[in-house]
Amino acid sequence: MTHARRERWIAFLMVLPSIILIAIFVYGFIGWTARVALSKWDGIRPDYTWVGLENFRHLLVGQGTTARRFHIDLWNTFFFTLLFMVACVVAGLLLAILLDQKIKGEGIFRTIYLFPMAISFVVTGVVWQWVFAPGTETRLRGVNALLHNMGLDALRWGWYTDTSSIGPFHVALIPVIIAAAWQLTGYTTAMYLAGLRSIPDELRDAARVDGASEIAMYRRIILPMLQPITLSALIILGHISLKIFDLVFTMTGRGTGFVTDVPGIFMFETTFQGNHYSQGAAISIIMLLTIAVVVVPYLIYSFRREVEL
Amino acid sequence: MSRDVRWLIIASLVVVALGVGACGAPAPPPTEEAPVVPTAPPPTEEAPAVPTGSIEIFSWWTAGGEAEGLAAMYDVFAARYPEVEIINATVAGGAGSEAKAVLATRMQAGDPPDSFQVHAGHELIDTWVVADKMEPVTFIFEENNWLDVYPPGVIEVLSSGGDIWSVPVNIHRSNVLWYNKQVFEDNGLTAPTSLDEFFAAGDTLMAAGITPLALGDSGGAWVDLHVFESLLLAHLGPEADRGLWDGTTDWNGPEVTAALEDFARVMEYVNADHSALSWDQAAQLVVDGDAAMTIMGDWAEGYFKSVGLTPDVEFGYVPSPGTAGSFIMLSDSFGLPKGAPNRDGAIAWLTVCGSKEGQDAFNPIKGSIPARTDGDRSLYDVYLQSAMDDFASNEIVPSLPHGAAASEGWVTAAGDAMTLFVADLDVAAAQTAMAQACVDAGVCQ
Repeated sequence: MTHARRERWIAFLMVLPSIILIAIFVYGFIGWTARVALSKWDGIRPDYTWVGLENFRHLLVGQGTTARRFHIDLWNTFFFTLLFMVACVVAGLLLAILLDQKIKGEGIFRTIYLFPMAISFVVTGVVWQWVFAPGTETRLRGVNALLHNMGLDALRWGWYTDTSSIGPFHVALIPVIIAAAWQLTGYTTAMYLAGLRSIPDELRDAARVDGASEIAMYRRIILPMLQPITLSALIILGHISLKIFDLVFTMTGRGTGFVTDVPGIFMFETTFQGNHYSQGAAISIIMLLTIAVVVVPYLIYSFRREVEL
Repeated sequence: MSRDVRWLIIASLVVVALGVGACGAPAPPPTEEAPVVPTAPPPTEEAPAVPTGSIEIFSWWTAGGEAEGLAAMYDVFAARYPEVEIINATVAGGAGSEAKAVLATRMQAGDPPDSFQVHAGHELIDTWVVADKMEPVTFIFEENNWLDVYPPGVIEVLSSGGDIWSVPVNIHRSNVLWYNKQVFEDNGLTAPTSLDEFFAAGDTLMAAGITPLALGDSGGAWVDLHVFESLLLAHLGPEADRGLWDGTTDWNGPEVTAALEDFARVMEYVNADHSALSWDQAAQLVVDGDAAMTIMGDWAEGYFKSVGLTPDVEFGYVPSPGTAGSFIMLSDSFGLPKGAPNRDGAIAWLTVCGSKEGQDAFNPIKGSIPARTDGDRSLYDVYLQSAMDDFASNEIVPSLPHGAAASEGWVTAAGDAMTLFVADLDVAAAQTAMAQACVDAGVCQ
């Protein structure tokens, strides 16, 4: 065997244990979950009786409470993902641009913006639950109390206890989106800052020499160059938000009328409290497929790019 | 080795793993159409053997009066069997949600503790007994002559298929209305005994700017089910209420409709931020006088006492409006899993749990009443004594959200229906969903 081939063979062997472990503990268990999702395991005793797509049918097009809840979950996930991603990207970009202005104490601000990422979602959920707890007219709490003290009573509302909706969008999701965006905006800020820093100064100087205003420079040159970062940020944020559980569970739970319910919470409650293992597995598989639709094309795209390079 | 070959190896590993995961499911026990009829081992004829070694007791009693009460029972056990080591295996987490998941993992892996805490009734029977994981404990009841000491209503809740499946340590009551005596006095009210009186009192309190009923359901749908089951009982009466859980009462009947309509009406008298409060935060509203009443189980008394109040002084209690004469019970109990590592030790533990000494050690500290009718009244405070009187004389009805009346799958389905109902107050949809939950649980047709 030539030296080069031997090297490649050794490299392959070094990675093989990880591949085997991932094959078993990730893909093996995914396969097993899919098998459970196609069976009728209800209760503590495993039951692998084949029922085909019945669990999926029951969740997606059924007539009962299960389907009602799951439809609400899907809409909640859609709006949460959309608004959360937009909030993180816009806020992250703005903060990064501000940080890029060569201000004093940039390091301190950068650290402050990144701090929330170090906290667990559970802690965030508990604290923001207190912040947005509305209280009542005579016993205001949290932000409502603050607004009252500032004289801004008109801005008070029920926050996550509000069960109204604009079409399929439940307004109770807004506080949850704020909490999640608060936690992860630091991530997009850091990425955009790195991206901004990587744009050579000569480009900016050249643009200014050509007479471009600051706004035009951002619009025409800088933002397009940040596109790959935006794309990868969207993918990462998207896959976090599509399977979000701990933040919502600790902050609001399912909410009255399921206004803040997400598939992750539904899966947890139906499996570990209701003992409906097959139904929980079916929800998990649907979540997996949803995330795969988002992540897999991106992986193929970025893999192809690496190959080309 | 060429690139393609390497990719082929990795890809085929992944496919094989997926396939093995999907198809190589562990050989399932023979699937049967009907739930397994659990078989009892022949009852031991001789006296239980003196246990040795250690026993592992699994529970979620990790804090406060519960943990102290459990420790007191351990002391009783240790006095009888000083040679046996007690391993206190607890899992923290509200109402045992974490503990139940841990327990499920262990039981399915064939690694049961010697005994575990479980709500008496269908939570035990429909989760563990039908899975053939439990030994019946009828022989313990017979050997100790407990059938004379436990009310027949309790024995009924504990039984399935002619056998008794757990030893109840305590009894809690669900249908209690707690109220702030000062608020009632200030507004010239007396404790309501019927739903009409309740709504009338509610109107007076609303006019005075006080929340009539404090509700805190951030902890889950069980709190809403808790209030709802009092309304069901008020409209159905104890006999028909019990029939809801064995299929003899029609969920589509007019009384259930009336109970749902009353629940919708009750929601008008409830604090608007109920989904941001837990049940004890709602109880605190009553303590502070921001709310007048709350419907909660008698663990609420434990809460009131923990903040320094005294029963019949600052707070009062009556059965939920319209339910006087009936006692909605729930019970923490211990069972005997099949394959318990120290079976003699487990049986000895169960004997202590069901004994007068054990129950009188546990319950005064925990804030509940003994399941036996011969508890020492002098050890219990004035509320618990009245509860003991009611327990001995009232009609006993099993509780829905606390595992006595229905299986966990049924409770979660009812809870989901309730979550939707609290938001949209659609009585017809809720009634259909509740009836469907009974069908899905395999009880109704």
